Amino acid sequence: MINLENPKKFTALVNQAHQVAAEIFRPNSRKYDRAEHSYPKELDMLAALLDGMNSAGGNGGAGAAGVRRDSKDDGTGNRNSSNLSTVLGVMELCWGDVGLLLSMPRQGLGNSAIASVANDEQLERFKGRWAAMAITEPHCGSDSAAIRTSARLDGDDYVLNGEKIFVTSGERAELVVVWATLDKAAGRAAIKSFVVEKNTPGFELVRLEHKLGIRASDTAQFALVNCRVPKANLLGDPKIDVEKGFGGVMQTFDNTRPLVAGMAVGVARACLDETRKVLEQAGVKIDYDRPALTQHAAAAEFIKMEADYEAARLLTLQAAWMADNRKPNSLQASMAKAKAGRGCVDIALKCVELCGSIGYAENELLEKWARDAKILDIFEGTQQIQLLIVARRLLGKSSAELR
Amino acid sequence: MSLANNAMGFGLRVLNRFAGLPVVDRLGLRKPAEKVLYQATRTGFRTIGALNRSFSATQKLLKPARLPHGRAPELFDLTPSEEQQMLRDTVQGFALEQLRQHAAAADTACAAPPELLQQSSDLGIALMGVPEELGGVGSERSAMTNVLVAEAMAQGDLGLAVACLAPSAVSTALVLWGNAEQQSKYLPAFIGEKIPAAALAVLEPRPLFDPMNLTTLAYNAGGGYVLEGVKSLVPRAAEAELFIVAAQLENKGPALFIVESSTQGVSIESEPAMGLRAASTGRLILNNVRLPASALLSEAQAEVYTDCINLARLGWCALATGTAQAVLDYVVPYVNERVAFGEPISHRQAVAFNVANIGIELESMRLLTWRAASRAERGLSFSRETALARRLCADKGMAIGNDGVQLLGGHGYVKEHPVERWYRDLRAAGLMEGVVLV
Repeated sequence: MINLENPKKFTALVNQAHQVAAEIFRPNSRKYDRAEHSYPKELDMLAALLDGMNSAGGNGGAGAAGVRRDSKDDGTGNRNSSNLSTVLGVMELCWGDVGLLLSMPRQGLGNSAIASVANDEQLERFKGRWAAMAITEPHCGSDSAAIRTSARLDGDDYVLNGEKIFVTSGERAELVVVWATLDKAAGRAAIKSFVVEKNTPGFELVRLEHKLGIRASDTAQFALVNCRVPKANLLGDPKIDVEKGFGGVMQTFDNTRPLVAGMAVGVARACLDETRKVLEQAGVKIDYDRPALTQHAAAAEFIKMEADYEAARLLTLQAAWMADNRKPNSLQASMAKAKAGRGCVDIALKCVELCGSIGYAENELLEKWARDAKILDIFEGTQQIQLLIVARRLLGKSSAELR
Repeated sequence: MSLANNAMGFGLRVLNRFAGLPVVDRLGLRKPAEKVLYQATRTGFRTIGALNRSFSATQKLLKPARLPHGRAPELFDLTPSEEQQMLRDTVQGFALEQLRQHAAAADTACAAPPELLQQSSDLGIALMGVPEELGGVGSERSAMTNVLVAEAMAQGDLGLAVACLAPSAVSTALVLWGNAEQQSKYLPAFIGEKIPAAALAVLEPRPLFDPMNLTTLAYNAGGGYVLEGVKSLVPRAAEAELFIVAAQLENKGPALFIVESSTQGVSIESEPAMGLRAASTGRLILNNVRLPASALLSEAQAEVYTDCINLARLGWCALATGTAQAVLDYVVPYVNERVAFGEPISHRQAVAFNVANIGIELESMRLLTWRAASRAERGLSFSRETALARRLCADKGMAIGNDGVQLLGGHGYVKEHPVERWYRDLRAAGLMEGVVLV
C-alpha cells in the first residue's frame, strides 16, 4: 500500500541522529572548518556510541555497516530495513555537518566496501578498524577503469605500485582499501581492491589537500612503492573474470550512491531551514495554499527550492527502499544522486543569495554549507557520470555505445 | 511612441479588421464550412447553458454517505495494492489504445468522440468514488487511486483524459462535501448508464489568478444566493448539465456552489485554448444567476474549499506526470532510431543527458504527487506537499514537454508526431485550477 512517510519504527533512530547533529556536529562546524587538518576529537566518543548501535543490529552511522544483503529472507511483503534506516540517519547527520560525518571514525567508504564484499575471515580480521578508500589517481577520476596502480602477485603477497589521490580520511584511517589492476591489458575485470595497513612499508602519505569545503574531513594523497600486501587482503574474487567485468568493485557504488544522495538531502535541508528562519524574521511569509507566483518573490523561490529538495529526498528513499526489497536499483540510485547532488548545490547557493550578507558572512553557517555542498555533486560519481548511467538505462545502451 | 510606429500599428489594425470581414469569406478566401462548424474551435461563440436533465432523488438519505479514510500503513512503500495495479493496467490499456488513437482528431475538432466518453464511463472509474449506499462501488476514500487513474489516463492523451474525468470531479465533490439532500438529488445521475457532462469551475480569466481571492461573487438574496462572474477553461462547458462553481461568498470567503446548467443567467462561451482542446474548454458566464440556499456546499467551510483546491492541483500533477511519461516513452525509440552523423543521436551526450533529465524529473514529479495524495487519503495535512508537487510538475512538466519537441527537432514541430500536442497540453498543468479532483 503506497505510503511515502518515514516508517514509525525508525523514528527513534532519526531523533537520535538529529540530536547528534544538533548537539555535537553543529557546535563544532565552524571550528573544524577553520582548523583544516586538525582531528575532530569530539567524534571519538560519538563513534564509540555508533559502534554500539551498529553491533546491536542498528545502522546509525554513515553506512559503513555495509549493504550486505542478509541471507535470511522471508521472501514476502514489504521491507523497511538497513538501507532505508541508514539514509534516514545520514540525512539527519548531514543536516548537522557533512564534513564531520565524513570524519566519523570507522564510518569510511572503505568500511562500507569491506562490509559489503569481504569474506568472513576478512570481516573478523578488519572488525572495528577504520578503513578509507583509494580509487582516484592523478590522471583518472570518473574513468576508474583507467587506473594504473598495479598489483603483482609475488609469493604470498601482492606488490602494489602507483599513486592515489583524494583519499577521504586517508590520514586518520587505519586501513586503506586500494584499487589496483592485476593486468592493465585485461581492462576492468582485472581491477581488484586490496586492504592496505597504514604502516605497511612502501605505503607513503604524500600530502593533505586544502579544500573548498568539507574541511573537517582530511583528504590524502598516497604513493605506493613496492608496497607488499598479504594475498589474503584482496577483497572478493582474485580471478580475472571478463564476463563479470567490473561488477565486483562497482557493486559498492550501487549501494553507496543513495547514501551520498542522502548527505546532499541533509545539507539542502539545513540551508532551507536556516533560510526560512531568516526570511520569516524579515517578514516574508510562505503560504502553501496560494499560488507561488502571487507571493513574495523570495517565497516563490523558496517553494521552488523546497520542491527540488523534496524530490531529491523521495528519490533517495526510493533507491534505498528498493535495495531493502532486493529490487535492482542502479537506475534509481543514480537518479537520486544526480537530483540530490545538483539540487543541494543550487539550493545552498540560492539560499546564500536570498539571505544576503547574512548568508555570505562567516557569522552563520550558510556560506560553509554552500562550499560543502559542491563535493556532493562530484564524489561517488559526478553529475555527468550519473546522467550517463541513467541515460544508458533508459535508452538501453551499453557503455561502448553511449560513452 | 513614434509616429511611424503608430502609423504601422494603425495599418495592422486595418488589415486585421479587413481579414475579419465577412466579405473575405464570400470571396472564398476561407472555407465556408468554418462558419457552421462550431463553435468550440472558435473563440467567443456564445450559447446558453445546456438543457440539463431533471436531477431528482431516487432515495432520500438521512445523513450524507462518505467514504472512510484508509488506515495508515506502518512502512514506507511504493507498491500499489493489487486492486490499484489492476485498475491502473486497465486504464492504461484504454488510454494507450483508445485515447491515443483519437487524440489528434479530437484535438483538431475541439471535442471528444461521444463513444469514447461512453467507453470511459463504462470503465466504472467514477463508481469507485461513490459509496455503496449510493449505488457506487467505493469502500474507501482513495486520492492515491485517483492519482494513479489520472496518471494512466493522461498517458493516452491529456485533453481526452480531462474530458473523461471532468464529471467525476463533480461526483467526487458531492461525495466528499455534499449534504444528504445534495447527494440524494445529484449523485444517482452519476452512477447511471449515461453520466452527465459536468464540471468543477474555479479558474477565472485574469493574470495571477488566486483561487483564494475570487472575482466571481455570491450575494445572499432572498434566502438563497445570486452568482455573478466568469469562469474560464471549463471542460465540456457547452454540454455540461451540472457545475460546481467557486465564488466569493459575501462576508464569508471562497465557497462552492452547485449550479444546474439550465438555470436562468447561465451562458457558455467557447474558449478554445493552446491545448486541452479535446476537452472543449469554454467560459461559464454567470449573469445574475439565482440559486436556492441548498446550492451551497458544506456551508462554505474554509477547510473544505482549501482541500478542494489542493485535490484539484494534485489531479493536474497526476495528469502532467502521465503526459510526461508519454513524452519519455515516445522520445526513447525516436532518438535511438534517428541517425545523424553516422550513428543514432542517442549516442551523443547532448541528447542522452536530455533523456536522462526527463527520466529524473518525471520520477520526481511522480513521487511528489504520490506523497501528497497518500497523505490526503489518510486525512493528514497535504497543503505543503501539494504546493511542492504543483511547483515541480508545472516547471518540470513543461520542461519535459519542451524537450520532447526539441529532441525530435523539426519533426517535433509538425502534427505527424504527438509531441507538439503534449507541449501545448503540458503548459496547462501550471496554471489550471479546479476541473479534476483526486
